[in-house]
Amino acid sequence: MAEALQELAAHVEMRQPDAILGHRIEFGELTLDVAPNRIVGLVEFLRTDARCRFSSLVDITAVDHPERPARFDMVYHFLSMYQNHRIRLKMQVREDETVASIHSVHPSANWFEREVFDMFGILFTGHPDLRRILTDYGFRGHPMRKDFPTTGYTEVRYDEVQKRVIYEPVKLVQEYRQFDFLSPWEGADYILPGDDKART
Amino acid sequence: MAMDTKFDDVLTGEQKLRNFNINFGPQHPAAHGVLRLVLELDGEVVERCDPHIGLLHRGTEKLMETRTYLQNLPYFDRLDYVAPMNQEHAWCLAIERLTGVQVPRRASLIRVLYSEIGRVLNHLLNVTTQAMDVGALTPPLWGFEEREKLMVFYERASGARLHAAYFRPGGVHQDLTPRLIEDIEEWAEHFPKVLDDLDGLLTENRIFKQRNVDIGVVTEKDILDWGFSGVMVRGSGLAWDLRRSQPYECYDEFDFQIPVGKNGDCYDRYLCRMEEMRQSTRIIQQCLAKLRVEKGDVLARGKITPPPRAEMKTSMEALIHHFKLYTEGFHVPAGEVYAAVEAPKGEFGVYLVADGTNRPYRAKIRAPGFLHLQAIDYIAKGHLLADVSAIIGTLDVVFGEIDR
Repeated sequence: MAEALQELAAHVEMRQPDAILGHRIEFGELTLDVAPNRIVGLVEFLRTDARCRFSSLVDITAVDHPERPARFDMVYHFLSMYQNHRIRLKMQVREDETVASIHSVHPSANWFEREVFDMFGILFTGHPDLRRILTDYGFRGHPMRKDFPTTGYTEVRYDEVQKRVIYEPVKLVQEYRQFDFLSPWEGADYILPGDDKART
Repeated sequence: MAMDTKFDDVLTGEQKLRNFNINFGPQHPAAHGVLRLVLELDGEVVERCDPHIGLLHRGTEKLMETRTYLQNLPYFDRLDYVAPMNQEHAWCLAIERLTGVQVPRRASLIRVLYSEIGRVLNHLLNVTTQAMDVGALTPPLWGFEEREKLMVFYERASGARLHAAYFRPGGVHQDLTPRLIEDIEEWAEHFPKVLDDLDGLLTENRIFKQRNVDIGVVTEKDILDWGFSGVMVRGSGLAWDLRRSQPYECYDEFDFQIPVGKNGDCYDRYLCRMEEMRQSTRIIQQCLAKLRVEKGDVLARGKITPPPRAEMKTSMEALIHHFKLYTEGFHVPAGEVYAAVEAPKGEFGVYLVADGTNRPYRAKIRAPGFLHLQAIDYIAKGHLLADVSAIIGTLDVVFGEIDR
């Protein structure tokens, strides 16, 4: 299994040297690091090449790393039903960068890219219909970013006086219960309640 | 109309103006939940179909980032609430692959048993409600009777009819009693008879065939373009099943067949689902036979699973371990993994990014229904409005997993 993936990685790297920045095989899965400006060509190659035939798009998603200069990881998963193997493509994207849409190669990328735009605020060029998909009509912000609070900013309720649904800022009746159970003896980097007083 | 215009135009000025736009759902019994379709109709022919989803969006993926791995497990029951345990399975497999835990054989068999019960649960609901969408009223009544029996088996194993939280990383929560195994066996013996009855109601029914044959035809190219999986693939003649092609758990030792359709229409997918229920019953019977022989623990005892109750009464270490497991939770080594299972609706996958703490850094849920519903604009175009409900039924959409 691992040898087959190794051979596949070598094959793709040989045929698309500009697009591939590196590869690794972990937990029996092949991951390729991709140059962001080459993604469409690479996906097209993976779909048509006889040894790859990654003709099914499985998933597109992003991961937020706010501390990095290139904040987002775009992650693509592909499957070949003919060769029976899978591949993962990863590329790093800055917050102010746009990503080329692969909608022209895989029409199924449409909703996945809409979801990534909705959740992370990454813009796709060449996408036919980049609207929000999962959040409310008129929603503001991008909820899956790490700096977006889990509680959100607004809440809705039906108002008896105005006889319609209204939006209000979130009011919590108690503090959001965010327990941190990491052991303070094993490298948790926060201050225990009371420790800050001990120093003064 | 003025008589001096040419008479070949029989449309009045008002009819020529524009197509008719209607809202289908979100409160429509054939919408299978909270689906809102904006349909553009030319007469009765669908020109464009724009699904508005997200009405059941609960932010599962965001919530998961602030909870421990074990606390996240019950969220998976709430995704596709028609077959809850199949989703838990993907989450457990992802964690087990990152932590390198080997599941005991008895637990593995129980997982296969309940995954197949989940498949029967799902197909019973889908086949019968799809039949209701096209006009038959009796099948759901018969199907739900069997579903109720299966949910009792869920309850007897886990304590809950729907939101089971029964599969745990490292095995399953509780062992099955011998009595439960006997009862499932008894059910599996008579269930094919119920399927025959449903068969008799639907398969050669004139109305059912008129509503389903040649409706929503999916070709091999469409499958690849739109990323279909599960029955949507098999209905068109591709024998693609993750249980066979990329076996997980212990599916490779079971004897079952993968039914495929020929024409890729709604009717073939119905036939596939019926046959899959028969095959699942076969797997269930084989599982039960193996479970009778295979005794032993149902959890891989170690860091990610609780110690046995009896041990906690005498051992201090076990007590501390239990406390730490259910407060801090277990840590998963850093890494990323994509684990997929053949859920009843198609390929259900979890992309898990772990950073070495007790909480997932990012978990992406890949729901098969998301892709299937996306293609509805393509599939329904050119069909009649009445066919849209047949197509929604055959796509097998459940909004718990699509909206997440």
